[in-house]
Amino acid sequence: MSDIYLDNNATTKVDPLVVDAMLPFFTEQFGNPSSIHKFADGVAKALKKARQQVQELIGAEHDSEIIFTSCGTESDSTAILSAIKAQPNKKEIITTTVEHPAILSLCEYLEKEGYTIHRLPVDKCGRLSLDAYKKMLSDQVAIVSVMWANNETGTIFPVVEMAEMAHAAGVMFHTDAVQAVGKIPMMLQDTKIDMLSISGHKLHAPKGIGVLYLRRGTRFRPLLRGGHQERGRRAGTENSASIVGLGKACELALEYMEYENIQVKAMRDRLERGIVEQIPHSFITGDLNNRLPNTTDIAFEYIEGEAILMLLNKAGIAASSGSACTSGSLEPSHVMRAMDIPYTAAHGTIRFSFSRYNTMHEVDEVLKVMPGIVATLRKLSPYWDGNGPVANPEQAFQPTYA
Amino acid sequence: MWDYSQKVKDHFFNPKNAGAVAGANAIGEVGSISCGDALRLTLKVNEESEVIEDAGFQTFGCGSAIASSSVLTEIIKGMTLDDALKVSNQDIANELDGLPPEKMHCSVMGREALQAAVANYRGEEWKDDHEEGALICKCFAIDAVMIEEMIWANKLRTVEDVTNFTKAGGGCAACHEDIEGILERVLKERGETFDPNAAPIEAVVMEKKPLTNLQRIKKIEEVLESLRPQLMADGGDVELVEVVDNTAYVNMTGACNGCQMAAMTIAGIQQRLMEVLGEFIRVIPASQMPKVAVAAGG
Repeated sequence: MSDIYLDNNATTKVDPLVVDAMLPFFTEQFGNPSSIHKFADGVAKALKKARQQVQELIGAEHDSEIIFTSCGTESDSTAILSAIKAQPNKKEIITTTVEHPAILSLCEYLEKEGYTIHRLPVDKCGRLSLDAYKKMLSDQVAIVSVMWANNETGTIFPVVEMAEMAHAAGVMFHTDAVQAVGKIPMMLQDTKIDMLSISGHKLHAPKGIGVLYLRRGTRFRPLLRGGHQERGRRAGTENSASIVGLGKACELALEYMEYENIQVKAMRDRLERGIVEQIPHSFITGDLNNRLPNTTDIAFEYIEGEAILMLLNKAGIAASSGSACTSGSLEPSHVMRAMDIPYTAAHGTIRFSFSRYNTMHEVDEVLKVMPGIVATLRKLSPYWDGNGPVANPEQAFQPTYA
Repeated sequence: MWDYSQKVKDHFFNPKNAGAVAGANAIGEVGSISCGDALRLTLKVNEESEVIEDAGFQTFGCGSAIASSSVLTEIIKGMTLDDALKVSNQDIANELDGLPPEKMHCSVMGREALQAAVANYRGEEWKDDHEEGALICKCFAIDAVMIEEMIWANKLRTVEDVTNFTKAGGGCAACHEDIEGILERVLKERGETFDPNAAPIEAVVMEKKPLTNLQRIKKIEEVLESLRPQLMADGGDVELVEVVDNTAYVNMTGACNGCQMAAMTIAGIQQRLMEVLGEFIRVIPASQMPKVAVAAGG
């Protein structure tokens, strides 16, 4: 059996058609798109085409609203820093407790600089309260930044509605959509979203390329100043091969959108149903009725995630975990903590994230090995006794300094 | 994924002494469920000789926590309680051919479980003396709580002070922003303001001079000497060839020569050297020594 890759929210394989589209731009058409000679001849045209391919995938009104960046993190930083520089008198930012570190770390830093950060909490299913959100909106808020879909649970936030609310309050709205773009349809021209971040490597384009969508008319201050590239909004010689690759990847994502939401979803559903049916004391986290089609995050109680991943890896299966140990931090994933998942379960969460390259056969292979892996580790667990958890697990085992 | 040694993987995939020992008369339970690591150690101690006749573990935790628990039970079986208490967390880590710095707390947890179990057997109450914070310095495995305590206890004011007292920040220097953050917070609580250009504390400056190359070489030799028995037990040995600035060139000889584990062993030696020298040092096989260094060093 060949290895099974179920970690597509971490990164994806570059589509072979994307690689083919990129190759000429390393060797034949390597010229600087700003140059006036035949080595650069096709490059500017190719960039224009790529811009239109991205535009089409996200339903932007103009191709000039697409700014190519180096990654999702750069897009996020550009968006937030632009909003606060363009509106120096507004000293508040609204975000959520479950954002990606690309947003959370930046907000923590800005907090030290004197900004007030409002972090919307989530309920046990990972959902936001729009009432709480409404109360935070005011003319003091420079920008709202809320992810379109959560990377761990796949839970989708009502960003279209939230952008309307922000717009009504005169507040800019940004969404980190790196997990959502290419997996769910979107039509930005019909929304009030001002800025949106894309990361190429999450949708079968290479690493090191991203996009900031910037609605025409939104006040903007560049992060990188210099040359005239990207109409002066993001200086630096264009990463032409990767831009072409991202364009092709967006075209393919649009082509596969229905496949993603039917076949890929069916694989995800079969896997998670199979797991919770076969393995006692396991449960799916997040908003089950409102998730990305490719993502499932399952908590296995009384065992720890990194140990599960090591056994999965030995079986040739790649996934990821919200446990503290996989990241080297002391706390389990902030997303699990925000949903108030108990520690005995939060450390044992495993995220399986699919792509169009996965197969039903692979799902069956995972279902074959998963019960054995969980049983092996539960045998070692002080919370487990024979066929079930010990009675009153939290009382039965009370280690010092717990 | 972590760069675990083969021994860590062996003990994880095939743990020894998993499960509780029947008729145990010494039980130690330590760890922190919030941090995702907790261990119950059960021992059967011979009441006349105080020899540990059997040991078993139950662990909620990651690969290295399970491996540390497993190897601990192997180390202490057959030891008297007094001898077992001499087992340090470094011994546990060494037996596993080293642990990544973020995972050293797994070996600490093993040692503490052992202390707790012995206290339990002797009818004493065991109290842990450590509170663990977020790992700040990855070169020397120093956490935030340790740094904060030292800042309070010694009225430290600068990153250099913190490095002098705790070693934190003395290696790659990537954690200096985090250390400044801790200083800013503690100094504020103390009613002072953090000044990155403040002079370091006088007393420490006096006693903490950088090592001369001769002192450095002597200390490196001492460390290698202390590690030699372990290497020789595996049929190998190590020889110091040259020291240039903060780089030590060594020859791995005997069974170590060409062994797939040589890189792991070298990393372990480097870690130990940094701990003893209190400064950043690289250990590199002599075969990779640049020719210029040979000439300059000669």
